[in-house]
Amino acid sequence: MGINFRGEIMPVFLKEEDISLVLCGEAGQGIQTVEAILAQAVKQSGYNIFSTKEYMSRVRGGQNSTEIRVSSHRVASYVDRIDILLALSSGAIDHLRDRISQDTLIIGDPEHIKSAKEEKTAGFSLDSNFIEVPLMETAQEMGGPIFANVIAAGALSCLLNIPQEIFDGLISDMFTRKGQEILQKDLKAGEAGYNIGKGLMESEKTPIHLSLHGKSSVRDELLINGTDAMGFGCLAGECRFMSSYPMTPSTPLQTFLASNAHDFELVYEQAEDEIAAINMALGASYAGARSIVATSGSGFALMEEGVGLSGMIETPVVICIGQRPGPAVGLPTRTSQEDLNLALYSGPGEFPRVIFAPGKLEDAFTLTRLAFNMAEKYQVPVFILFDQYFADCYYNIPSLPLEDVENENYLVKTTPEYKRYLITHDGVTPRGIPGYGDGLVVVDSDEHDEAGHITEDLKIRTQMVDKRLQKMEQIMEDAVAPELVGGDDYHSLIIGWGSTYWPIREALENITRKHPDEKLGFLHFKQVYPFHKSVAEYLEKAEDVIILENNAQGQLANLIKLETGFEIQEKFLKYDGMPFSVEEVEERVMKFMGIGDDGIRGDDRAQDGGEVLK
Amino acid sequence: MKPRDFDMPDADVAWCAGCGNLAILRSLKTALAELEIQPENLVFVSGIGQAGKLPHYIKGNLFNGLHGRSLSPATGIKAANPELTVIDVSGDGCMYGEGGNHFMHTIRRNPDITNLVHNNMVYGLTKGQASPTSQRDFNTPLQVDGVFLEPFNPLAVAIALNASFVARAFSGDRKQIIEIFKAAIEHKGYAMVDIFQPCVTFNKVNTRNWFREHTYYLEDDHDPLDRNEAFRRATETGEYPLGIFYKNSKKSTFEENLSIYQEEKTPLFQRKFHRGKLQALVESKR
Repeated sequence: MGINFRGEIMPVFLKEEDISLVLCGEAGQGIQTVEAILAQAVKQSGYNIFSTKEYMSRVRGGQNSTEIRVSSHRVASYVDRIDILLALSSGAIDHLRDRISQDTLIIGDPEHIKSAKEEKTAGFSLDSNFIEVPLMETAQEMGGPIFANVIAAGALSCLLNIPQEIFDGLISDMFTRKGQEILQKDLKAGEAGYNIGKGLMESEKTPIHLSLHGKSSVRDELLINGTDAMGFGCLAGECRFMSSYPMTPSTPLQTFLASNAHDFELVYEQAEDEIAAINMALGASYAGARSIVATSGSGFALMEEGVGLSGMIETPVVICIGQRPGPAVGLPTRTSQEDLNLALYSGPGEFPRVIFAPGKLEDAFTLTRLAFNMAEKYQVPVFILFDQYFADCYYNIPSLPLEDVENENYLVKTTPEYKRYLITHDGVTPRGIPGYGDGLVVVDSDEHDEAGHITEDLKIRTQMVDKRLQKMEQIMEDAVAPELVGGDDYHSLIIGWGSTYWPIREALENITRKHPDEKLGFLHFKQVYPFHKSVAEYLEKAEDVIILENNAQGQLANLIKLETGFEIQEKFLKYDGMPFSVEEVEERVMKFMGIGDDGIRGDDRAQDGGEVLK
Repeated sequence: MKPRDFDMPDADVAWCAGCGNLAILRSLKTALAELEIQPENLVFVSGIGQAGKLPHYIKGNLFNGLHGRSLSPATGIKAANPELTVIDVSGDGCMYGEGGNHFMHTIRRNPDITNLVHNNMVYGLTKGQASPTSQRDFNTPLQVDGVFLEPFNPLAVAIALNASFVARAFSGDRKQIIEIFKAAIEHKGYAMVDIFQPCVTFNKVNTRNWFREHTYYLEDDHDPLDRNEAFRRATETGEYPLGIFYKNSKKSTFEENLSIYQEEKTPLFQRKFHRGKLQALVESKR
């Protein structure tokens, strides 16, 4: 929301409804600690919260930032706008230069904001935008620069009117395990931060007032990120085996399952490489354990041979690909949607597969669970495409549909006559596993007969290809429908998939609020292969269609053309490694619709702050 | 049980007459019968190559996967159901070439599986190229100037990695190979048997007679618990020792180390869904 200036000499910063706070510093400064504390503190105080981080691929140095949106209404997407920037390093302001406006309030240690403050040429001409706080000096008093993060968190927490008991409680939760001495120091650092915050609120020159309306119901909501949602989905899908190789941004999902392995009776094994990972998972799956691998594009490239094996031996496996910009190593810590083609065409030969791409936390949970069930039901590889942005972003949601969790058991006890690839009416052979029943379970990566033994009989070959591909018919019947946001009387239609859901949806709601007569819809694909049968109809109904993708070629647009014949003319493609922001989506969609932009930033926005994201 | 209990009468065997694989197959059936292992509880895992076809000719469950990768599914199968007897049947190209990384790390992981590696020092399926164990100066259509790479020494590598069971057998000595197979299958932990075998079609150098003339058995007083001695014997060339080089029974297996089997032995597919725990975990995020 905008910042109002009361008088020219003594500006008062008054921010309402929806505040975008950004913390920026070097790797190793504990920005993530601040994010974790603030996110919880905000939620516990009854405010809605969204946070996302962007970081460099390094353990020390560089510039990393975290955006925390604190709002009276639900927020779930990244915005470019920065209302308050807390600069924890000298490079912070420069790093975020493009996102800083005249309305941005920059708080930082004198040392860290000095050079930007002195610079008059780059739009930072308002001295009053800078507020100096003695962060480093205070940290020194507390015991060293490492306390700067907690002091900063305390100061922001105070500005957000978060009761100090909540803040202290969170500090205790986080630091108790490090011992009393460290805990006490951190509590003191937090206290010092609160004092700095109070000073800012009571300052005669530039008092800051943030007014937000908390709701007690928010306090009881879940605060999770995309990784958590997928992890819960794995547990709900009765995942029993994960073998993987660490690779950003899939590593947190691996950590999630490893840390829950004891309680949920599953195996996590760090494989020597991605090739071993998928082959190990297929072995476990063959023996009856619901199995998963998680990786990123380049790691998945190593798994491709295993995808073909899954298709050939009709052994289920769930494959999570955390997309990041490629090719090869690319930008390891950034986000992208570049691996749809990779997943879709991976593995030699022809066989069915399913690809999901969740965009909401609830969907990530539901689709991940569904992935295990679809893999078991049809004995195929099932993919989940996510990305760095989705894996790392947190927001509060009321609940997850845990009560609906019922998993069907698709395994059968074998008899002595059991044939693993018996030809059936729908291509699906009841799946036996070794050691369960009196039969033998023979699977072969070579073309095989019904018993699973190697064959070069070309008639059998054709029958087996048909058997495998026949499963696609039923898989298409089970496809998850795309979600239409907005009325079905749309004239203009936005297409998106995966993690772009909320930025597009928030932009759409902003546009329709300002232009209620515009008939704008948004069709979000949560299953990108095979398509649900409704897709073509949705597209044909629209007068104009625009697609947004985090890749350079419009991979989903191309697939839509291939599958439906519908050619999408307008594409908004972003592939710099950053997610779409609400503002840029709004601006681009308005341009697409031929309506003027009547002010994304500034005072007009302040009056728009009603319900977003119902 | 009888060896014929493992017969597959309809199998269309694709090996040449006189192939060492035929002898290995017969000996393996005898070893399994003598150990009274039921085919229903036995899983063969193999890759691609002439050795990888063996499980199609013997009764048991089978995961015939990708070239070089057999140890990975074997590990996954045993971890998902430790009640199964898992035997990986592979060849020198599959195991030491394409699958070299898995070979090393499976030894480190130490699943309770048996790893039989048919070693004929040549590629059979692809018709006569060098394998990682081909000896120097071996001429092939691809190694036209003869092999000049150092031959891979699987036993020395395995012992260096402190593998829990390391042996070498010769396909032509039925009595000894059966005993070695039985010891390997009964051993708790990863057990490797490198099997010298002739390839009658593509290796005219390392023939049956060559193996007979260039091998001898480790002495009765060889101490398989002595790792340094085992390593020294594994590096002998010219005359190659046969027998059990090294055993380390103290190592815990991969499955034993998994938390899921600490209290309960039930295979993973029979475990119950933890609805309550999941609800509690999700609730903890409120």
